[in-house]
Amino acid sequence: MPGTMVPSEFIINIDQERCRRCKRCVMNCGFGAFEFKDRTIADSSKCVACHRCVVFCPEEAITIGRNPLAFRENPSWDVGLRKSIWRQAATPGMILTGMGNDLPWLNIFDHLLIDACQVTNPSIDPLREPMELRTYLGRKPDHLEVEPNGNGGFGLKNKVSNNIRLEVPIMFSGMSYGSVSLNVHRALAIAAEQLGTVMNTGEGGLHEELYPYADHIIVQCASGRFGVHSKYLNAGAAVEIKIGQGAKPGIGGHLPGEKIGLDVSGTRMIPVGTDALSPAPHHDIYSIEDLSQLIYALKEATDYKPISVKIASVHNVAAIASGIARAGADIIYLDGFRGGTGASPAVIRDHVGIPLEIAVAVVDEQLRKEGIRNLVSIIAAGGIRSSADVAKVIALGADAVGIGTAALIAMGCRVCQKCYTGNCSWGIATQKPELMGRLDPDWGAERLVNLVDSWSTELKEILGALGVNAVESLRGNRERLRTLGLDATTAEILDVKPAGR
Amino acid sequence: MAFGDQYKKWKVDDFKVSSACGLSGFISRDGHLTGGEVIIESMRVIRERGNGLGGGFAGYGIYPKHEEHYALHIMFEDANGKSRCEELLEESLEVEASEEMPTMPIPQIQAPPILWRYFAVPRREKLTAEGLSADDFMVRLVMAINTTVPGTFVFSSGKNMGVFKAVGFAEDVGEFFRIPDYSAYTWIGHGRFPTNTPGWWGGAHPFNILDWAVVHNGEISSYGINKRYLEMFGYHCTLLTDTEVMAYLFDLLVRKQGLPLPIACKILAAPFWKSIDEDDDPAEKELLESLRMTYGSALVNGPFAVIVGYSRGMVGLNDRVKLRPLVAATKDELLYVSSEESAIRQICPRPDRVWAPPAGQPVIGELKGDV
Ligand code: SF4
Ligand code: SF4
Repeated sequence: MPGTMVPSEFIINIDQERCRRCKRCVMNCGFGAFEFKDRTIADSSKCVACHRCVVFCPEEAITIGRNPLAFRENPSWDVGLRKSIWRQAATPGMILTGMGNDLPWLNIFDHLLIDACQVTNPSIDPLREPMELRTYLGRKPDHLEVEPNGNGGFGLKNKVSNNIRLEVPIMFSGMSYGSVSLNVHRALAIAAEQLGTVMNTGEGGLHEELYPYADHIIVQCASGRFGVHSKYLNAGAAVEIKIGQGAKPGIGGHLPGEKIGLDVSGTRMIPVGTDALSPAPHHDIYSIEDLSQLIYALKEATDYKPISVKIASVHNVAAIASGIARAGADIIYLDGFRGGTGASPAVIRDHVGIPLEIAVAVVDEQLRKEGIRNLVSIIAAGGIRSSADVAKVIALGADAVGIGTAALIAMGCRVCQKCYTGNCSWGIATQKPELMGRLDPDWGAERLVNLVDSWSTELKEILGALGVNAVESLRGNRERLRTLGLDATTAEILDVKPAGR
Repeated sequence: MAFGDQYKKWKVDDFKVSSACGLSGFISRDGHLTGGEVIIESMRVIRERGNGLGGGFAGYGIYPKHEEHYALHIMFEDANGKSRCEELLEESLEVEASEEMPTMPIPQIQAPPILWRYFAVPRREKLTAEGLSADDFMVRLVMAINTTVPGTFVFSSGKNMGVFKAVGFAEDVGEFFRIPDYSAYTWIGHGRFPTNTPGWWGGAHPFNILDWAVVHNGEISSYGINKRYLEMFGYHCTLLTDTEVMAYLFDLLVRKQGLPLPIACKILAAPFWKSIDEDDDPAEKELLESLRMTYGSALVNGPFAVIVGYSRGMVGLNDRVKLRPLVAATKDELLYVSSEESAIRQICPRPDRVWAPPAGQPVIGELKGDV
């Protein structure tokens, strides 16, 4: 009896006529799907459709197809459900997965349309006029006071506290060293510096080699406290307390021991080969006042750098965010239920949390109602796929976005969802030296810079069409959005009118 | 359309009015009072910029006998609204005088509402009970009347100043309200060209709150966020016009937060980052950077030219890339600002200086210290 009784998802087809037996596919597949026995043979059961072989085959001899095997249709017993049951019946345990939610939930972004100017207010041409994307993250006063400076002008009386300056409202989301390779962190840091934005370390600490990029790094402090020490806390422009993650709200990070080699162990300050399991809650945070104490402890430890608090978007997110703002945070990082992960139980990833669009809308509205929107900046992440999503979520009320999956895709990721195996053929979610080497940090950085530059150009084009020349005029400007095909209650929660109104 | 229908339409239509317009204004810095016929004369030249769906004027210094009283100009759809409103006024204010507004019926101005004016101050016990300043109390009262009393709209609420507006061309509106009978040290006029509504009396310019009067040409593309920002401070934009946003922003920044007018202008028409980055005075740079960081949601983006009157002065301001026309001129103690130079020359044939203010640079004229 074959182990799981689960038929292969994909079928690898090698055109033996075209194959010149160069064995590149054998060497490239991280999952060991190819073998060479006087000709190239493939084991389809191991294929994850990561396309590494297809891209590197010089003869275009490989095609990957979906297994056409027919199942008797039964909408209540979707094939995916049947496969999960077979797997769990074979080996008890949670089904692990990687990347973001892959169930076909309603995607609200795809039901939002952006406005444009015609006649009464002119659109602005970003090729000819300045178009400003600069964004500051952190606390702002609710008003400023000035006094005459003695030579006809005015001087500031109260100062704005430390903020992080971003030249584009797009940053790289937290992806831990350990979950991704050091080369990924290198690429992110180089790109963040070139773009004038920041990367986020995720919860695995920061390799010493990247300390020079401090101004472009947000260092994270999660429940496992991996790699957290005073030098690390001061190695960034801001510190982020990770309470939760969109892909797995309510549970802690999980890094399998296979991914913990010497370098990762050194940075994380844990033994080689042990599973790095972050506790679900922070063991020193059981309520909002505990969070406040940690926020102020971190401020003291870092000479009052901005403190960000990252939470997963859950049902009561608006009230939670208001508490976080009042607890002293300078930035709230909202992670939607489509956010990616290196490893998560599929049941949590696919069924827990709420969409980012709703979370941003209700948090922004709640903070405004309470008159404390200026206390925090809102970062929206977990489900940002394009510059259109960036524009829409900013219009709903976010200050900036974080991109994780999109950044990995830019560096070759195929969203095969096998990050938790450590076998990533693209050298991204792996610590195996032979795989890691596949990602050249400079090449990766260049791709990241190109991507963010492209999105910025598109964002400027959108602003121009809207007739505004600074991103702050789009921020929270829901008047410039309309819904199409979205139910009335959701539209009301988003505070966006339907198209035609 | 009858006033009542206009009013109902305004109450139910949930869309924003966009309009283009002609505007003109002047201030005598020595406090010299000029008759209203002069501003009408100026507006007549730029009749082309309006389409007859809204015109209006604001004059400062017109009620010297009542200078300590808030002068409320109110339009009513019918006697019902008037009596309900008057109950509210009686409850909140000590009304010193009230009278029908003097008008001259002319065929060009159709279906006028009941127009009445009241000179009043808040009842002292009310202020103490609510712990509000008289100005804040009046803002709240005006907003309450405008949003809750059916068929009633307060269109002027400052001291020793008044706003007069109607559906019609500016010069006809001036004649209807007998503007030449008033004398003011600052006059502002407006002719409107709304694009998507039949126009209603309350929607004409100037828009007013306390002693702020705003006439405006343009459409605010950032309206949605400016409105939400103002809501955080208790302002409710009920008129769905951009101009209302302008007036409230000035009130918030200058009156409530105490920022100097030139600083408020730097917030509404913020300098570009490029010019801030290139500023080599570190203090100035920090000031401008802090203003943009703190007041990003108050940046008024999109094409506009605006003239704002207040008790001690008048300011003309353009958007940050100057997408609408604005010209300024001086002659002795007079400062003129207008959409077109012709409107200035019509009433001041030989100005000392005429110039086009650069984008985002305010032109401010204030009464001299001893006036
Ligand atoms: S990479 Fe292509 S050509 Fe090379 S062995 Fe594999 S299938 Fe054949
Ligand atoms: S990072 Fe690698 S393993 Fe994870 S989805 Fe992308 S290609 Fe697959």
